[in-house]
Amino acid sequence: MENAFKEKRDLIFAFKELRLQGMETEEEPIKEVPEGLFIKCKYCGESYTKDELQNNLYLCPHCSHHEPIGAYKRLEMVLDKDSFKEINKDMHSNDPLNFPGYQKKLQKQEEKCGIKEALVTGTGTIDGIKTAIGVMDSRFLMASMSAALGEKLTLLIELAEKEHLPLIIFTASGGARMQEGIFSLMQMVKTAQAIKRFSDSGGLYIAYLTHPTTGGVSASFATLGDITLAEPDALIGFAGQRVIEQTIGQKLPQGFQLAEYLQEHGFVDHIVSRKEMKKTLSLLLRLHQGGQEK
Amino acid sequence: MIEIEKKIEAIEQELAELKTAEDSEYKKVRERQLINNKEELMQAMKKLSPTDKVAVARHKDRPNVSEYIEEMFEEFFELKGDHYFGEDESILGGLAFFHGIPVTVIGQKKGKTLEENLRCNFGMPNPEGYRKALRLMKQAEKFKRPIITLIDTPGAYPGIDAEARGQSEAIARNLAEMSALEVPIIAVIIGEGNSGGALALAVANSVLMLENSIYCILSPEGFASILWKDASRSKEACEIMKLTAQDLLGFGMIDAIIPEPLGGAHRDKKAAIKAAEAVIYQELEKYRALSAAELREQRYHKFRSMGQ
Repeated sequence: MENAFKEKRDLIFAFKELRLQGMETEEEPIKEVPEGLFIKCKYCGESYTKDELQNNLYLCPHCSHHEPIGAYKRLEMVLDKDSFKEINKDMHSNDPLNFPGYQKKLQKQEEKCGIKEALVTGTGTIDGIKTAIGVMDSRFLMASMSAALGEKLTLLIELAEKEHLPLIIFTASGGARMQEGIFSLMQMVKTAQAIKRFSDSGGLYIAYLTHPTTGGVSASFATLGDITLAEPDALIGFAGQRVIEQTIGQKLPQGFQLAEYLQEHGFVDHIVSRKEMKKTLSLLLRLHQGGQEK
Repeated sequence: MIEIEKKIEAIEQELAELKTAEDSEYKKVRERQLINNKEELMQAMKKLSPTDKVAVARHKDRPNVSEYIEEMFEEFFELKGDHYFGEDESILGGLAFFHGIPVTVIGQKKGKTLEENLRCNFGMPNPEGYRKALRLMKQAEKFKRPIITLIDTPGAYPGIDAEARGQSEAIARNLAEMSALEVPIIAVIIGEGNSGGALALAVANSVLMLENSIYCILSPEGFASILWKDASRSKEACEIMKLTAQDLLGFGMIDAIIPEPLGGAHRDKKAAIKAAEAVIYQELEKYRALSAAELREQRYHKFRSMGQ
């Protein structure tokens, strides 16, 4: 029995490694599910239908692997019905470096994902409690951080501060947006300092790290939460695995940089499955109400 | 050494050889020719390409943080360790007098000899390095000392232990905390300023760059590797990344450029450091005149407006 479990676990890790190999590129992580067919889970190898996946919050019905989901889908799962009010929906990159081929790429992403930037922001309620919420969408250029994304997020943080709302950010990002160079880099400061101001004003910030949260995003607002939650087996780290392997010249340990590893090393408060997501956020929001007045 | 320098060196060598040769018509003509060629190359040095600048910024003889501290500051007293986990020699920090003013100075160090390189991890800090820097900066704030940072790093260290100890968190924390410090911060990119590893010391009231230093999202090799999956296209990356001081000043990402001796700081270290000292002093005086709240606001709004 134990052996069978171990074999399955090894298999899962082997699949994970395959997935991680594509991490530092901008390859599309989410494959469209073909209609009416059986889909094979990339992790456990078992099959399921599209309906089964959808009805199970996009978790594999067999191994509970969390498939990545788009921003609106996430909002639908977390917020009370029809409570979401989106802000700055039309914000998009203005190609600050005039980078060859970039405009075209953005256009394609917009057509494919139906969003103009890899982040959706706004306000909504969770079990009746109003919150500011931002969700990154890894389908769009691996949700790398563009100047527009940094600006959009900062506006959300500022709104939360102004309206004294709690702030929830679902992070997912391959890191910096290469095509925006230094403009991308500076968004790390812009967002981190906005979080600092918000936090100093007494605001609650819950960072919910999803697959993958890496590079400039993990090294700015993603790791500055009052409370840090993570989805099971999300990849979270500063440097890409390929870069680390090349630098140190050795294979990485199993499970390296996964949410469980981060928790073991003291950087994640709780690993929260998608099934517990809304309930957990609701509880945390309630626990932060009615603090002692001076 | 960069290409132009190699050519100049070859000319200088030939000139030296000619000097000892017997006088002849050929010698005269050749000497004149070589001097002209050298003059042309010296002119070309004034307009180095981004690829050349990357080479100059990484030059092994480029003045490093220890040399700046030696030349620019008096009575440097080093402070070590993050006082949680360990000491990281890739970040050198401490107290010193700058023009008679007590300051906190923090810089990144790559090391010059192999032994030093290894001790300094080639200038790639681990989390404890950033946490040491933050400890020193918080202390500077407590004692109302200005902070001067000298940046020169290929990037934060991408290693297993660095990840385990929270490289991301260490950098993020520095960004957040530096943004609210109530003392003047002057950051100077003296060589390479790559990625979040550089940024974690660069949330400053005034960000200065040496004329041939570079400041970018990550190394040109890493950039080429991510974007084109081909690290060997780094030259192409250099030309496209807009990583020179001149580009960045144009974008409003930095505040001033510190001129270097012709061909690069390594060709006349003392002159380079003197030039840096003059600009740093001027900027420091400007920001020392501001109140704590003004300093915080000026810094905040500067970064708030980037890429708006």
